[in-house]
Amino acid sequence: MTETHDDFEPRITAFVCNWCTYTGADLAGTSRLHMASNVRIIRLPCTGRMDPLFFLKAFERGADGIIVSGCHPADCHYTSGNYHARRRFAVFHDLMEFIGVDPRRMTFSWVSASEGAKWRDVVDEAVANVRALGPFDAYRALTPESGETAAARETTPAGVDGDAP
Amino acid sequence: MTGIAADAVPVYTGVADMRRIARELLEAGDVRVIIGWESGPRGARPVFVTDPADTDKLIFDTRCVHNLVTYLNPRRDHVAELGKIGLVVKGCDTKAVAGLLRESQVRRDDVVLIGVRCGGVLEENEIPAAVALTPENVAPRCYGCDVREPTLVDHLVGEPQPEPPRPVTTIDERVAALEDMPLEERWAFWTDQFSNCVRCYACRQVCPMCVCESCIVEKSQPQWIEPAAHPRGNLSWNVTRALHLAGRCIDCGECERFCPVGIPLTLVNRKLQQIVADRYDYKVSDDPENPTPIGDYRLDDQQEFIK
Repeated sequence: MTETHDDFEPRITAFVCNWCTYTGADLAGTSRLHMASNVRIIRLPCTGRMDPLFFLKAFERGADGIIVSGCHPADCHYTSGNYHARRRFAVFHDLMEFIGVDPRRMTFSWVSASEGAKWRDVVDEAVANVRALGPFDAYRALTPESGETAAARETTPAGVDGDAP
Repeated sequence: MTGIAADAVPVYTGVADMRRIARELLEAGDVRVIIGWESGPRGARPVFVTDPADTDKLIFDTRCVHNLVTYLNPRRDHVAELGKIGLVVKGCDTKAVAGLLRESQVRRDDVVLIGVRCGGVLEENEIPAAVALTPENVAPRCYGCDVREPTLVDHLVGEPQPEPPRPVTTIDERVAALEDMPLEERWAFWTDQFSNCVRCYACRQVCPMCVCESCIVEKSQPQWIEPAAHPRGNLSWNVTRALHLAGRCIDCGECERFCPVGIPLTLVNRKLQQIVADRYDYKVSDDPENPTPIGDYRLDDQQEFIK
């Protein structure tokens, strides 16, 4: 993509584990580290809690990119949640690339509770990547509000087509 | 018919043995129903035989594409109500049985498996009489079949069969052709295909491995997958269906065969098979002890995409 998107502020949803990355992000905050403010964090008990539907829903609700982050291998609070998650990430990542989603919209990382600086780097890099790619208009174009399916919206109950319930 | 090589006959051997075994099982009361194939007005079709005298209906030829293991699926409790099942299975179908056994969805003692040695089936089966396989008409999934000698069976009939012919275009070649396209074109291709989806869920209903009693797509609180047939919900449904079968799909191709709008689901399924093969060295097999890759892990799994 050659065009620039300097005035575009990406919306990125981050799914982070309670024990490592959330605490790491907290550390980044208490350490007064300066980082991009485009990330909305959703805290989960463990990366093993994640379902690919979380990511699809984030894209459906207007996210331009996602970040998934948890404990380093061997550090999982529940022993093996991140190992299970790693396989599901990999399959989701590769399948979405096959479907045609730019893999740079999907960032995966291991960030421990002591790695506030790494979290800042992950966020800044993800935001820079998504900013370069531009808004995820391709996904938004699938919504019922757009194009020929606009008529379908008239019969769709409120709250189903993207508005918060 | 002359001019057909001896290794390309349309009707497989062992049909007489299959009928005899089916009759004996029913007469002895070992099973209450035999599920196999019969010849119908539009080609081969599944048949439930409960009367020993009807076992002569059973056939096995190149039109027998159906994966009958879907009748073992615990969602089909109305089939289980008939009593103990005797099931006629091709080699590829035994992978689905292995999948159900692996996931404790069926007990091995609850079914008698009559295996048939198969040398491939047709892609288009709705024809009045079986024809020999050619590269043009063979089901692409038969290429590279590794279970022509089924092991997970109680009875095995028929002569060993040669390898099925190589189809004009293999599934792997079609997947590779898609991968060679730029991202934007792939996105356009798949969203266009998925936009045809009418959300009939035939792909799920026919799948022998879709075993959930309550499917996520029918959960409405919260509504993870939008039920209306619009492109956004369709993408979510089709991606989720494929991911739930990652490492579990046995490549019978029934989802695509049943799809009323012709979405090439086989390509998504094959891509996922390639992913788990490349990353986790996993190939779906007829061994029930072989754990599936999702739900299992290794400490040294690849993580080149993780920062």
